[in-house]
Amino acid sequence: MSDAPLSPVEHIKARSRLLRGTLETSLADAPTGALAEDDTSLLKFHGSYQQDDRDLREERRLQKLEPAYSFMIRTRLPGGICKPKQWLALDEIACVYGNGTLRLTTRQAFQFHGVVKRDLKATMAAINATLIDTIAACGDVNRNVIASANPVESRLHAEIYAWASKISEHLLPRTRAYHEIWLGEEKIAGTPEVEPIYGATYLPRKFKIALVVPPLNDVDVFAHDLGFIAIVEAGAKGPRLAGFNVAVGGGLGATHGDAATYPRLAQVAGFIAPEETLAVTEAVVTTQRDFGDRANRKRARLKYTIETMGLPAFIAEVERRASVRLAPARPYAFTTSGDRFGWTQGFDERWHLNLRIPAGRIADRDSARQLTGLRAIAQIHRGDFRLTPNQNLIIANVAAGDRAPIDALVLDHGLDLYTRASPTSLDALACVALPTCPLAMAEAERYLPDFLAAFEARLAHHGLARAPVLVRISGCPNGCSRPWLAEVALVGKAPGRYNLHLGGNATGERLNVLFRENLAEAAILEALDPLLWQYANERRPDERFGDFLWRAKLLSA
Amino acid sequence: MSAVPALPLPSPEVQPLPEPRLRLLTELTQGLDAGALLYVSGYAAGLAAAQRNGHTAVQVSSQAIERERATVLYASHTGNGRRIAEKLAASLESRGLSARAVAAGDYATRELAQERLLYLVASTHGDGDPPEDARAFYDFLLGRKAPRLESLRYAVLALGDSSYPKFCEAGRVADERLAALGAAAIATRVDCDLDFDVAATDWSGTALQHALEILKPAGDAPRLAIVSPLRPAALAVTVATRDAPVVAEVLTRQRITGRASDHPVTHLEIAAPADKLAYEPGDAVGVWHHNPPFLVARIAEVLQLDLAAPVSHAGEERPLGDWLTQHRELTRLSRPVLEAHAARSSAPALRALIQGDAQARAAVIRDWQVLDLLETHSADWSAEELVGALRPLAPRLYSIASSRQEVGDELHLTVAAVDYEREGVRRVGAASHFLMSEAPELRAYIEPNTRFRLPADSDRDLIMIGAGTGVAPYRGFLQQRGADGARGRHWLLFGARRFSGDFLYQAEWLTARKRGLLQRLDLAASRDQAEKVYVQHRLREQGAELWRWIAGGASLYVCGDATRMAPDVHAALVDVAQTHGGHSDESAQAFLGDLVAGRRYLRDVY
Repeated sequence: MSDAPLSPVEHIKARSRLLRGTLETSLADAPTGALAEDDTSLLKFHGSYQQDDRDLREERRLQKLEPAYSFMIRTRLPGGICKPKQWLALDEIACVYGNGTLRLTTRQAFQFHGVVKRDLKATMAAINATLIDTIAACGDVNRNVIASANPVESRLHAEIYAWASKISEHLLPRTRAYHEIWLGEEKIAGTPEVEPIYGATYLPRKFKIALVVPPLNDVDVFAHDLGFIAIVEAGAKGPRLAGFNVAVGGGLGATHGDAATYPRLAQVAGFIAPEETLAVTEAVVTTQRDFGDRANRKRARLKYTIETMGLPAFIAEVERRASVRLAPARPYAFTTSGDRFGWTQGFDERWHLNLRIPAGRIADRDSARQLTGLRAIAQIHRGDFRLTPNQNLIIANVAAGDRAPIDALVLDHGLDLYTRASPTSLDALACVALPTCPLAMAEAERYLPDFLAAFEARLAHHGLARAPVLVRISGCPNGCSRPWLAEVALVGKAPGRYNLHLGGNATGERLNVLFRENLAEAAILEALDPLLWQYANERRPDERFGDFLWRAKLLSA
Repeated sequence: MSAVPALPLPSPEVQPLPEPRLRLLTELTQGLDAGALLYVSGYAAGLAAAQRNGHTAVQVSSQAIERERATVLYASHTGNGRRIAEKLAASLESRGLSARAVAAGDYATRELAQERLLYLVASTHGDGDPPEDARAFYDFLLGRKAPRLESLRYAVLALGDSSYPKFCEAGRVADERLAALGAAAIATRVDCDLDFDVAATDWSGTALQHALEILKPAGDAPRLAIVSPLRPAALAVTVATRDAPVVAEVLTRQRITGRASDHPVTHLEIAAPADKLAYEPGDAVGVWHHNPPFLVARIAEVLQLDLAAPVSHAGEERPLGDWLTQHRELTRLSRPVLEAHAARSSAPALRALIQGDAQARAAVIRDWQVLDLLETHSADWSAEELVGALRPLAPRLYSIASSRQEVGDELHLTVAAVDYEREGVRRVGAASHFLMSEAPELRAYIEPNTRFRLPADSDRDLIMIGAGTGVAPYRGFLQQRGADGARGRHWLLFGARRFSGDFLYQAEWLTARKRGLLQRLDLAASRDQAEKVYVQHRLREQGAELWRWIAGGASLYVCGDATRMAPDVHAALVDVAQTHGGHSDESAQAFLGDLVAGRRYLRDVY
């Protein structure tokens, strides 16, 4: 804690009357497509970001028009599961109000892009009509709780998914502001509102929770403020959940050139029984609420709070608040952070098809009419859809006899990338970045296909076409695509220029390091070329590129 | 010119002027000759016009009215009528007669009963209407309060466009009404089509002859200079005029509608030297355009004429290409051109059109260009015949979108593209095409628009209502009021098709709002929702607040489309006066009429 003055956002939250601010007035102000400045901070708590089309900024400035403002809306979808009927409704919303695309995020949520202000209320209402909401999908609160998408361990997955929902509900803001503003709920006069967990100024910064079922680390559990690693025991009726290893203090955001900010992996603090989950969660959240830095938002994440307090003191505080003693952590092991593409059969005999959706963007483009294809699948599908933390999609719970028509639709609409793409492009991630993300310094989603093509040409040149390399591109150092865990990561610095990070691993358990700064594509490939050559010649069987770089001492921490 | 006694100064009781000022004025005018006195008079009148707030139409002493002199009244919208009237008044004066040219909107109607010789130059707009500015005069003339005019002699010159069914209606109505009130026509009314120059000159010549017979030219008797409001005379010496425009450099040419718009609108900034292009916010700029080269070439191709061939017409010789590019209307069809073409063509359809239904003919004249006519019905034309038959090119007027206080020696204008397809063929408006092209300079002059000026009182609130490029003058207004440090509030109600592409000057309005210069800003984006929403809807929605502003003395401005927007806005204002002002329909109309008369409800519609 410091005596430094509170950050401006703290004042905005404090005077917002529990997230109301002047949002109603801002929404009614027709001559501008933007909100009043303070309201843009508050809108995040409601699940939306004000953005503008950065491709058009200069053009519109010359045209004496304000920037082309629009809004990104992010759903809250704990564990990333939705029903076909909901899919169809969200698809229609994307087409009517959005830019005709659905985006799957690394937090297993849907994002709508390009919603203009005058449609914002109608869009929010339409989303809520599907029984999916957007509360706390952004903002200084607990964000969407994610969970392993792995549907193979059917019963266990159901249990983990239930915990994701319970945690999400438990940490939901209690203010009625959302319902008043977007859903037309009457204000109830005289009833004092309280936020029992958050308090009037919520958290110092965003807060992220993930649940994972080893050996798959598809959620990148160490990238989150709070991670729960399911510990599975053999039971009479099959595997059962013994409890969780609790990991705390992960976070990937950093600021270029600011050494006080850095990506950090969560540390495993101990083991808890399932029934202790909510108490421990709440204690971690309130400790962060009370001890987090509210003066400097760049140092406000839990990872810095723990660094400041020291892990033992932090754990003691959490144990005190939760009235829970953490037991020693149980052993666990991860094999990969990627998805298992294609059809897999669960223990309950149902089938699941994990599709590859590049950068999570579902759109109709040329021959790949993915939006149309998934609409057609949703019309016949009797199971559910699962969004994976790798921006991909699982068509889940399919009876064996229903596979064929789904396969046909997949093939017809160019959704069959999982059968065609190289191992490297199957696992690659990119955040949205330009043109809509206000934080982006360089392209990410739009650049991913070009970079992959160039990079894979180099891999092929060295005879490495089938060697999987985990590639992630991020438009800025905030890390939405979790670049710091990739074997090869590009972190945006300026248009066309990236910092090149190398040396993450395939299981999401090792941070990469900065290798070269501020490179254009040609220089990136030039820097990688000798490393790939050496890797091709000196690698051990099944040795991954990231592991090789460390073994060969080509990187230094 | 011999020295004449100083003008009889108005007595302090009539026109209060503090004693020291009166002494200064006496001192100033003592011993000046008539030319100098006219200069002083005009200068003062110009100053008065510049700061007029709507209540001080030039006061004319009763003493003066009794004098024998001619009044040349003009009801003019584009300035053609004003030019004819001012020219006539000047030629009367040059022959020693006492004369004044007065805008119908500035004319004190009670003086009509005392007039002896009246010339009226009246133009017709829309569906046979007089110009906006002249409505009060027409209401008076046609109403029950009009006096008997047995001792009045008069002549009417009517300006119009034969493409419209009610050709020269405003002139005809006034002519007949004056006769019915007992006045004696000294000449038959002349109805002019768009190419009015020759007919107007003839009429003015006749008018001068009659005046010389009727009025005794002033001999040695003191002459009274009675001057209609002028811009300061000091500027009148060198300003660019319609016939002597200045060549102005185009400094900036920027499209200001966004990608979501299907209507290109261009913002132009041109160099405007203060001595040549002096203007006030609200004035218009006249631009002489060139016809599109591809259009000229196509016409030559269709008629198989040589653009390089010299053509003589009315004593001037130039290549056909020059005639067609710079001197003849190609994108506006007129009835005489249609008739001339029909006379050369054997096409029965064309004959049927000439002899048939007036509405169908009007539609063709409105929607077709000259080329459409030539391509649809073939006929032989020689170059000389063609140049003789086509209407002379007329400059186009654009509202000025700037204030010198803000932009210095520049003039900004806002040009909407006229660009459409007729039966699959692209057609463009000649002037907008020219202005949006890469032309590095253009020939321009200022067309003063005294009926659409800011109030002199900068404390007065302004309600500015406009759609599309009708918002242009408000940009100038707001710049001026900002520079003046005006304390009055400003409210802009703007209609556009789409919010994201058609909200002209959006960023500037938002900045003005942020700065506290623009207190209220309302947008009606007609096509952003299922049901069309226009400015009049916003007026009704905001009726209570609107009425508070009006009741508090705000001035209302309306600029833009005359056929739909202006009547709809008027109807909305009537509604607001009824709903929020406790008026009946009739008293609401009267209330708004009083606002017009008091120059608090000003319209620039076209």
